[in-house]
Parts: sequence; structure tokens; C-alpha cells
Amino acid sequence: MEQTVMKILETVKDPEIDSISIVDLGMVHSIEMKGGRCTIKLLPTFAGCPALDIIKGNVKKACMAQPGIEEVEVRFVYTPPWTSDRLTPNGREKLKEFGIAPPPEKFTSLEEWEIHCPYCDSHYTSMENLFGPTACRSILYCKECRNPFEAMKPISTTM
Amino acid sequence: MKQYELNTIPDEGYRQALAALLYQLADDDFILAYRGSEWLGLAPHIEEDVAFSSINQDTMGHASMIYELLASLGEGTEDELAHGRTPEERRNAIILEEVNGPGDYLIEPRYDWAFAVVRHYFYTVAKKVRMESLKQSSYGPLAEAAVKINTELYYHLLHWQTWFTQLMNAGGEARKRMEEAVSRVCDDFLGVLTLGPDGESMSRYGLIEEEAILASRWTEALKKPFNSTGVQHPPVARSLRGDGRKGEHTGDLTDALHTLSEVYRLEASATW
Repeated sequence: MEQTVMKILETVKDPEIDSISIVDLGMVHSIEMKGGRCTIKLLPTFAGCPALDIIKGNVKKACMAQPGIEEVEVRFVYTPPWTSDRLTPNGREKLKEFGIAPPPEKFTSLEEWEIHCPYCDSHYTSMENLFGPTACRSILYCKECRNPFEAMKPISTTM
Repeated sequence: MKQYELNTIPDEGYRQALAALLYQLADDDFILAYRGSEWLGLAPHIEEDVAFSSINQDTMGHASMIYELLASLGEGTEDELAHGRTPEERRNAIILEEVNGPGDYLIEPRYDWAFAVVRHYFYTVAKKVRMESLKQSSYGPLAEAAVKINTELYYHLLHWQTWFTQLMNAGGEARKRMEEAVSRVCDDFLGVLTLGPDGESMSRYGLIEEEAILASRWTEALKKPFNSTGVQHPPVARSLRGDGRKGEHTGDLTDALHTLSEVYRLEASATW
């Protein structure tokens, strides 16, 4: 049943990046089924993200449509903290499709954050604003293909 | 040091010291996030508007995480804690409640950007010092929250440090106004660095390190950026207008809470 719920969660998209699911974002921590009761623990990307309540609602709605589930509890937990290396390979591709450069696969904050354009893959890019339209994104410009784009911020516990 | 969880809190003294610390952490973030949000649409340029609102949103999220910890200790619901408490019950430092400048958000806001940069930069440095210490807190849920908050703080610090050094090095009016802001913020910044009447028991219970150690780390962290701007040492933080950790506050807090909790007071039982 947990597997089924995981499949359902793959249909729950980030309300602000509708190409990527909360599973591909690495937000799903655990799924527990007891009788008809399902407890889902999610890891918030950024603590103050206003999409969290919407995600919670969408998760509940999607799960309640599944026969055999009578009650759904969604809890946000901070352990382990969400880090950007939790993104799945599929999630990284989905971000690019949306015009967002994925964060480096591993990031410790000691090395430089090299950002490739999601459209032409050039690394000849410039940071326009470390902060973007949502807490997890930055705004950049590609000097090769001349497209503005966004990048997902690397988040690591070694920062 | 042994680590405790909600259901293994050893005694009432520990619980009290923990609650006192959580109130300070949450109230500091809460009021400064509000002051920051008042800059929306008024920041020096559009990129700053975007960045600053993102930072305020994160900061409010951090306040909310800590209020949640207080709620689990039985101190009230998150909304009550954020909106329902009187100024005397607040434990934020006085410098964080100060208005952004003369005027009102809607009428002639003459906000002071130098003051905003210095206040937010100094505060972010102090918050970073605290979070690093709290990662080793004897209260497990607080240590976990600190790890999470710390990852986001990295970007806040980068942001304010850039503003601080660039404006300080700009010379002319910018430098002059920054120096005035530094001295103004320092006049009351000790309020951020203190842990209040329960400070000693906080460190005795291993909740956070001693106040003096934290304060010296703050000074140390500011030395390099200060030196790079041609100022030898960060000025000494004082506490001229009272101790917010004891519930002493100015009219600025009363006014801010009045505006902030207006909707909540209309219908406290509403969900939103």
C-alpha cells in the first residue's frame, strides 16, 4: 500500500513548478499505513515556503481518492533537513524542462556554484539575483543563448 | 551532553529555560521579518524587493518553526503565540522592533536603507552564531530546527554582507550614512546578544552556549568585514533603551503588533 501511495504522490506537483512532483523534489520522508489511516511525513524545502499548505492540501486530496484510505495526516518534519541533493535524476531533468537549472549534485559551499543554462547548457551565465520569485530559486542570464533563466539554490547541511 | 526530546524533558527548570530561549528566538525573527516586510515596494531597486521579501518570508518561516516548538510545550497555539501576546509578553530585542524610519508604510515612508542594511546584517551574523551553537543544543527538536534554519541563513548572510561592504566602501554620503547607522544600531544591539534573566540556566542545561561566548563570536565574525572597509574594529554593542528579554519595549512594538494582529483580533478562531 505504501508503494501505491508513493505512486499517488508522484502526481502531486509543486504548485510553483508544475513539471516536478514532490517525490522528485525529494520532499517525501515517509509513508505509514495503519488500517485505513495514512500518515505522510514531508520535508519542506524552505521553511517559509507559502506553497507548503497548498501541497499539504493536494496530498490529502490525492490520497483520499484512493480506495482503502479513509484518513490522511500530512506532517512537515525537519529531520533530516531537506537538502538539494535529494532531487532525483528525473527531477533534475524536469526542472530543466521548466527552464530551471538544477543545483549541483553535491554541494558543500566551499566550491564555486557553477550554473549551466537549462536551455543551451552553456556555463557562460551570470547571476542577476541570488533571490528569485520563490525562496528556492535564483535569477540568472545566459550570455550564450541570451535567455534569462532561474536556478534552484543548492542547500546543504555543510553550509 | 545528553540530548532530550519533548517526552524526556528532565525537570521544570529545564522546561522553563527552554521556553524562555524559544520565546527570544521566535520573537526576534517575528518582529524583524515584519519590519523587513514593510520595505516591500520601497527597496532601492526591484531585485532588492525580490530578495528582501524572500528573506523576510524565510525569517517568518523560522519564527513559525520555533513557535511550533513552543506550542508543543503547551504554551498555546502558533497563532496565539504570534498574534495574541501583549508587548510586555514579547522577548524580542528592542533594536529589532524599531521603525524603519519616519513616516508610515502608506503615507510618506521615509525609511532609512543604511539602517536596514546594518540592522539586518548585524542580526544575521548574530543569528548565525546562535544557530551554530544550537546545532549542539541539548534539546533535540531545537537542534534539528537549527540545522534547517542554518541552511537558509547562508544566503541571507551572503546578501547582507554584500550590501554592507559595498555601501561602506562606496564613500561619500553612503559611507557617512552607514557609519551613522552602525552607531545607532550598536546603541541597542546588546539586546540581541543577551539571553535575559534565564541566560545562565540556558547554558547550564546545555540548551545554548554562554552569552559571553556567543557575543564574542559575533564581534569576531564582524572583524574581517569591518577591516575590509577600513574600520579597525566593530564598535561596542550597548543597551541604552532597555532589555527586551525582560519584556521592556518601546511604543514602536505596540504599534507594530497593533497592525500585525489586526486581522487576528477580528476573529481569533478563524482558520487562515
